Amino acid sequence: MKSLLKATVAALAFAAAGSTAQAADVKACFIYVGPVGDFGWSYQHDQGRLAVEEHFGDKVETAYLESVPEGPDAERAIERFAREGCNVIFTTSFGYMNPTIKVAKKFPDVKFEHATGYKTADNVATYNSKFHQGRYIIGQIAAKQSKSGVAGYIASFPIPEVVSGINAFLLGAQSVNPDFKLKVVWVNTWFDPGKEADAAKALIDQGADIITQHTDSTAPLQVAQERGVHGFGQASDMVNFAKDAQYTAIIDDWAPYYIHRVQDVLDGKWESGSSWEGLAEGHVVMAPYTNLPADVVEMAKATEAKIKDGWEPFTGPITKQDGSVAAEDGVRLDDGAILGMNWYVQGVDDKLPQ
Amino acid sequence: MFEAVLLTVITAATPLLIAALGELVVERSGVLNLGVEGMMIMGAVVGFAVANQTGSGFLGVIAAVAAGMAMSALFGFLVLVLVTNQVATGLALTILGIGFSGMIGEAFIGVPGLKIPELYIPILSEIPFFGPVFFQQDSIVYISFVLVAAVAYFLFRTRLGLVLRAVGDNHGSAHALGYSVIRIRFSAVLFGGACAGLAGAYMSLAYTPQWVENMTAGRGWIALALVVFSSWLPLRVVVGAYLFGAVSVLNLHAQAVELDIPSQLLSSLPYLATILVLVLISANRRLTLVNTPACLGKPFVPDR
Repeated sequence: MKSLLKATVAALAFAAAGSTAQAADVKACFIYVGPVGDFGWSYQHDQGRLAVEEHFGDKVETAYLESVPEGPDAERAIERFAREGCNVIFTTSFGYMNPTIKVAKKFPDVKFEHATGYKTADNVATYNSKFHQGRYIIGQIAAKQSKSGVAGYIASFPIPEVVSGINAFLLGAQSVNPDFKLKVVWVNTWFDPGKEADAAKALIDQGADIITQHTDSTAPLQVAQERGVHGFGQASDMVNFAKDAQYTAIIDDWAPYYIHRVQDVLDGKWESGSSWEGLAEGHVVMAPYTNLPADVVEMAKATEAKIKDGWEPFTGPITKQDGSVAAEDGVRLDDGAILGMNWYVQGVDDKLPQ
Repeated sequence: MFEAVLLTVITAATPLLIAALGELVVERSGVLNLGVEGMMIMGAVVGFAVANQTGSGFLGVIAAVAAGMAMSALFGFLVLVLVTNQVATGLALTILGIGFSGMIGEAFIGVPGLKIPELYIPILSEIPFFGPVFFQQDSIVYISFVLVAAVAYFLFRTRLGLVLRAVGDNHGSAHALGYSVIRIRFSAVLFGGACAGLAGAYMSLAYTPQWVENMTAGRGWIALALVVFSSWLPLRVVVGAYLFGAVSVLNLHAQAVELDIPSQLLSSLPYLATILVLVLISANRRLTLVNTPACLGKPFVPDR
């Protein structure tokens, strides 16, 4: 008994020492919607957090909560972090928008950063990335490489971000082959490896020889590898899962943004705002091009450079699926139109679920 | 084309079929184990880990079965020996399995998996149409075929199966006749765990050869529903599992051929079909009562 008590006291003393040693200037906290081990969305956010730790060393302490459901639980989790003395809290899913705004009102001294949302406040900033830029490039690659002229797109939910991804992919493909066909399958989930694999099989059985996805698991690429067709990684570089099948991947790199914003907090320069950057700022990164002939790699790199120079994939002429004009020749869609996109471009073989 | 669809249906249905068969035996013995999802995910992670470390898919499958059994032994100890509430314990087992598997699996995220090779059965696999669909599969699919026959035979054609059903229908009488209710139930629970573990191994070693957290994505719950759907009859589990697999795969094909049906409706079809069948089955009350284990979920404490 006595020794147990001793051990407890020692442990407490150790814990206390540990926390004083870690007295950092800034505490940055993160809330994830999925497990950090999803190898997709939440995993990439956590990579960003780790980059912050590495960059600032002892000056910044980080903490995270994973698999926090969107809704009332999120509010509790965010508030807990705010009370625990976090200086800046990153809430990394669309559904955390209202809870974040609510908690932010109660803690005016804490900075909040909400990913993919559209509501800001004096102490709430939003941030997102232009993933559609990457989708345009993979669309071009798909059209160059496809023999059947048909690609399959595994889509999650009909929200603007997913719809603009589909459109950007097809616009890219049409810039190479105007007759390119795109089959879309909605799986109505972000993450179900089995279902994603079944969707990929269905698309391949229906003639698609390029598979791309807006869901989070590596399963579709594995199916592509097994069936001898090709595809693209999503959120992280998935080449390990499909050595012969992956052409490239659209990587979400949150590290530059997180480091930048934490630096602002450290310097006392943090201001609310909306960040929406893409390839040029390194928030969206193309994984190494593999399994591709040199001329296609060259084309992809040229497009990448063009986008980095400020060209926008959603530049007219763009015709909507119903035949109406979305953008005249040379006119570029404004950010609001892309962020709120709820229509298909002409050529998508699917009816957009409403 | 049709062949390809059937192949996909079989892969989609096999994990459901195996897990549901195990749970059917458990429930026939009068125990309700809601921890199928937890045992399955543990099977998936342990199977993946062992296959990855040893390079042998076979060892992975064995380890997955053992992991499922270990989880179910914990459940069995709690509900049968300590007589805890079965529903609460089962739910806790699922939560434990999901959390614990995430911890074990952390090292295996992003590691490509190992796929159990397909095994072509000589002669049979050359039958046109049926051959490729039924006899050019991986070994776990064959095991599932054998399991169906074995479970059906065991439950309704053997003495031990009769005893097991008696324990599930009236544990008091079975006990009075001198049968060890606890021991029989414990064995059934272990069998259920083994099946769930095997189903998990199918997920991480054959269906989608990889490990990601929560990869079973609710299939354990569907297996539980299938047991009720089948009104505790093994052959109906087969029908249920394949029907469920077929509807969910056809949904994807229907979208790919651009049938003008909302995808949300198609996605909900398997569940709607399950509800419909449940309604049809429960319409026949006499049949339902005959097959439902009367002591399902009831705790048993021997009084002497």
